[in-house]
Amino acid sequence: MVRDYIRQRFFPHLWCAGCGHGTVMSGMIRAVERLGLERNEIVVVSGIGCSSRMSGYLDFHTMHTIHGRALAFATGVKMGRPDLKVIVPMGDGDALAIGGNHLIHAARRNLDLTAIIMNNRIYGMTGGQFSPMTPFGEKGTTAPLGNIDHAFDIVELAKGAGASFVARTTTYHVQEITRFIAKAIQHKGFSAVEVMSQCPTYYGRKNRLGGAVDMLERYRDGTAPIGSKKGTENPDLIQRGIFVEEERPEYSGEYSTLVNNCRRSAQDGER
Amino acid sequence: MGALYAGLGFYAGYPITPSTEIAEILAERLPELGATFVQMEDEISSMGAIIGASLTGLKVMTATSGPGFSLMQEGIGYAVMAEVPSVVVNMQRGGPSTGLPTSVAQGDVMQARWGTHGDHSIIALTASTLQDAFEITVQAFNLAETYRTPVVLLFDEVLAHMREKVTVPAPGELEVVERLRTSVPKGTNYHPYLAREDGRLPMSDFGGRHRYNVTGLVHDMWGFPSTDPKVAYDLLHHLVDKLENRADVIAHYKEYYLEDAENLLIAYGSPARSALHLVEERRNRGAKIGLLELQSLWPFPKRTVRKKCEGRSHILVVEMNRGQICQEVAKAVSNPERVYLSNRFDGMFISPQDILQTLNVIGGRGI
Repeated sequence: MVRDYIRQRFFPHLWCAGCGHGTVMSGMIRAVERLGLERNEIVVVSGIGCSSRMSGYLDFHTMHTIHGRALAFATGVKMGRPDLKVIVPMGDGDALAIGGNHLIHAARRNLDLTAIIMNNRIYGMTGGQFSPMTPFGEKGTTAPLGNIDHAFDIVELAKGAGASFVARTTTYHVQEITRFIAKAIQHKGFSAVEVMSQCPTYYGRKNRLGGAVDMLERYRDGTAPIGSKKGTENPDLIQRGIFVEEERPEYSGEYSTLVNNCRRSAQDGER
Repeated sequence: MGALYAGLGFYAGYPITPSTEIAEILAERLPELGATFVQMEDEISSMGAIIGASLTGLKVMTATSGPGFSLMQEGIGYAVMAEVPSVVVNMQRGGPSTGLPTSVAQGDVMQARWGTHGDHSIIALTASTLQDAFEITVQAFNLAETYRTPVVLLFDEVLAHMREKVTVPAPGELEVVERLRTSVPKGTNYHPYLAREDGRLPMSDFGGRHRYNVTGLVHDMWGFPSTDPKVAYDLLHHLVDKLENRADVIAHYKEYYLEDAENLLIAYGSPARSALHLVEERRNRGAKIGLLELQSLWPFPKRTVRKKCEGRSHILVVEMNRGQICQEVAKAVSNPERVYLSNRFDGMFISPQDILQTLNVIGGRGI
């Protein structure tokens, strides 16, 4: 039951009506449930922003840190207790603007963390400023005349930085959220899962995209699974799916090998 | 070395002069001990990583210098707010900005106190010899664990690059405080932020039997965000009072020839070496002069300083900045008009002659 994994006394949550983040949270809980993980085995480390409030609602070991640095705090948690599963929910501003450096370095190290990037293309908590994911020409309160910045492609960025698991889906595709997050948690190494998540309150309203339902329909119509006929026929569609899933030496495992080698050579020295 | 003696389990850092040697030594020593060393991408993430690791139950430390210390400030504030035991070494160099990277200074005294935003309190310790640095480092871990607070070790470039003999105390010779963990059994409601009668908050490690929330927001006894004015008021009181009300207990200092001293020098960190040299040299010539060496700067040991300064003709604060501790001394004593400053802030180490010159001026003997 999803209910078993949340702290009901801290509800209602602060997300706006129609926000996609609750869908992502529910997908993540279902992934944990599907994997049969104990609540005590999981640490959720988040940063600052709408999406980052998720940590407080979940009945795991939870840490709500500072803006952009969730992956840095999570690195300490994972290296302190490599046996725990560490999940890091972040927003696009949190993960890619202020926290962009930590994202690429965590990916490069291939430390076994599960980064869930909720991409709503806007800073919601502060009221609708453009983010590094706001497309060129779109509007935000700090881009009233249209955004002249260019957006990142999270998948390409994570791939380039060396993430060994990279996936993308949307809040319309709820089954995929659960499936991808479950795979990401199981994956031994750094995993980045982008979930496009609607913000009807700010991004939707500023850019005349309609309500939550309209935005979800755009996710349905504007995306296609990797290699699908729909995607091949229309290359402008955003691709969904698992882009990278590779076995590579994982950081905390490598560190414990290093420690063991160190101890073995110390013992040999004593003989 | 002191950190290893205290049981350091996790270090994260980023290279910066003059603190890099700490990282280099720990990169070799920690794996041998089964403990963790991580080189992070910057000082912000280093501070974040040690906080995360501390919550899994380890004793943690990072080390840096000026610019890196500036970058760590937000994380230090988080450790204050979330009450996470942690030790931050700042090997002070000339500032502001890149300043004088290989020269000595003590310009970060106020930054250690007020560097992170918001009302708060913090512990900062220092030392003037490597032997004392060893012992005060053990103390830093003890205080961090006791009060669940970040502790700043405010050393300086001279100490960082100095070589001198250190006698490593035998295990058990120095007290090592271990983390206080909750005895609340599984399933019972554990309140991570409900202080006991003695003000201490027993912890529960991540991965352990209690699941709770840690946040930098104002929070209630569960660690859950709150905007209730009463909750905010009580929390701020607790965070400040737990240290300020214990300033006398936290106070660390050494005194030399104070009994009959007419003139009193107050120094801390490496300048205390020059001050002591001068005091001993003047004593040999019959001058009534003494030295109070402060080893804890924050919370400022007001009562100690006030008491030790009573009845002195002149009080001369020796430091390598524009008078950051001198101001605090003047505020603490009953005779502030007798407080003078002898300082250097040009990257050169303050010498006994420099201090003597100031003494001569104060004494009306000219330069």
